[in-house]
Amino acid sequence: MATAAEVEKLNESRDVRKRWLLSAPALTIIFLAASGPLLIVLIYSFLTPGPYGDVVWKFSTEGWVSVLLERDIFDDTLAFASAHLTIFWRSLKLALMATVATLIFGFPTAYFIATRSERTRDIWLFLITIPFWTNLLIRTFAVLQVIRNEGIVNTALINLGIIDQPIQMLYTDFAIMVGMVYVYLPLMVLPLYASMEKLDFRLVEAGYDLYATRWQVLRRIIFPMVKPGVIAGSILVFIPAIGAYVTPSVLGGGKNMMFANLIELQFGQGRNWPLGAALSITVMAIVMVALLVYVRNTSGSDARHG
Amino acid sequence: MPDTPGKNAIEVRGVRKVFGTGEAQVAALDTVSVSIRENEFFTLLGPSGCGKTTLLRLIAGFDFPSEGEILLYGSDIAPLPPFKRPVNTVFQSYALFPHMTVAQNIGFGLEMLGKPRAEIDARVAEMLKLVRMEKLAKRRTSQISGGQQQRVALARALAPQPKVLLLDEPLSALDYKLRKEMQIELKRLQHETGITFIFVTHDQEEALTMSDRIAVMSSGKILQVGSPRDIYDRPAERFVADFIGETNFLDARIDSLDGGKAKVTLKSGASISATVADGFKPDGDATVVIRPEHAKAVKGQGDISGVVENVVYFGTDTHVHIKLDDGETFTVRQQNARGAGATFERGERVGVVIGDDAAQILKD
Repeated sequence: MATAAEVEKLNESRDVRKRWLLSAPALTIIFLAASGPLLIVLIYSFLTPGPYGDVVWKFSTEGWVSVLLERDIFDDTLAFASAHLTIFWRSLKLALMATVATLIFGFPTAYFIATRSERTRDIWLFLITIPFWTNLLIRTFAVLQVIRNEGIVNTALINLGIIDQPIQMLYTDFAIMVGMVYVYLPLMVLPLYASMEKLDFRLVEAGYDLYATRWQVLRRIIFPMVKPGVIAGSILVFIPAIGAYVTPSVLGGGKNMMFANLIELQFGQGRNWPLGAALSITVMAIVMVALLVYVRNTSGSDARHG
Repeated sequence: MPDTPGKNAIEVRGVRKVFGTGEAQVAALDTVSVSIRENEFFTLLGPSGCGKTTLLRLIAGFDFPSEGEILLYGSDIAPLPPFKRPVNTVFQSYALFPHMTVAQNIGFGLEMLGKPRAEIDARVAEMLKLVRMEKLAKRRTSQISGGQQQRVALARALAPQPKVLLLDEPLSALDYKLRKEMQIELKRLQHETGITFIFVTHDQEEALTMSDRIAVMSSGKILQVGSPRDIYDRPAERFVADFIGETNFLDARIDSLDGGKAKVTLKSGASISATVADGFKPDGDATVVIRPEHAKAVKGQGDISGVVENVVYFGTDTHVHIKLDDGETFTVRQQNARGAGATFERGERVGVVIGDDAAQILKD
């Protein structure tokens, strides 16, 4: 015969087991899709590159050393190599510019949608999300068609007599920017719209009533109130932008390397998986720290109401 | 002040406001003209949907009139955007900026006008004192009560010293006791600042107790403008008499007209004298309005008679509902006195005496 206490203990352990079972799918996914692969990348970054790619299971810090330093092939001395830094800097710059550009285009777009009538808003949102249904590669090639030397833009400008030589837009940083802004714009518009929809437009009227011009109302009333949306949108655009691979390869023509292309190179032709792994972790760490600083600085007391 | 016409702060001339297009067109304001004097407490009174808020929004500049002009001290402001009008609004919802403190809210208008910091700080301190909110200056607007938010909204609108202050049902969100307090507070603020107040409300009691003059509105039109006493005692139209206070309407035939006075015969055959609403030219039949407190129920003969239907005791007074012999109902309100006075029983036959200056003939 089991005593009451024993029965209770049995039930308790059953409860615990049930809880573990219920959370198992989530934990499995988190491990298989997120922390597991990350752990493998971390381990690979401390191994020795194999002769035909892959890794040799021998501990080495060479991968991490090569992130910023270069070993002279003759005398084995280490020297600072700026190549990776230059590429990282370009990626960062382009990602920031793409974020700012999507904000500039996305803000009025979201404001426009949020100020439509309830019924038409859904149609506008639908139109914004339609490009999402198309494959990224196809969208990127569409941009290529528009801006190449024989594309619509150049043909139109030549036919209008504005220019007589096509403007070289394709395979420049400008092309990468255009591609990223086009691809990531919905990621900015949707969170901005979500916070603008909640905006009390009577506050806008109150602002006008208190002698604020349109620009002052935007800067002093609308912007602080939709800041949570601005932060969310910026993060959603910045993270994929700094790791963008397809857009820079297609539109930048591989000439202007971005960080993702550099990493790909190490796993491909470079046959230096540990360096690729180390570079991946480096960029991830930098982005994480940057975002933490950004969120802490912008979502201070001012955005608490959101 | 109420009856001495001074300078006009606001003049509304032939203003029409139409919303929508084609079939769905609705005239929210139908050719409205009204003058609001300097330093007066002017109330726009009417049921919801009568156009009072639309008129206020046109003066504030949130909407623009379809026709007509709005003059502020003689110059047309109708085409100006709200931020170019020396007019401020207290919103029904208060519309305080949630991302700013109480003091920042109050100083916002002055800041936008480009006033120097020292002047803003001094004025904000003055305003905080005026509305008795000094202690809460650093609070966020979400951390203060409804009545306090109301005071901040007032201070914010008064801080830039507008020529005219517009108040859009500012007390409707407050509970009864707080509303009474704020009514007195508003009168005090208007007195101390000397600013012209235009107050919108649907509460007739609020309008009567606070205003220097009232404009009664219905279906996009202004029916009557006058002092609370004028509006109550000399209503021009049936709607005005009905909307403000309790009223008895009686059908009558006009026997003689002499200026503003008339002799009329009621259906009961009794002949009484009545005043005629300004500008109204009655002929033959007319509607007579008598306030319940201007008539007296008596045991025995009166001008009209009937049977007591119901007696309702209110403490200060008693309402006697009488079914008249011609089938209409008539209410009499009598002041109560302790331990004395005639009391009436249900079913009892009574007479109603109508005082000499009790009846008014008006437009039906």
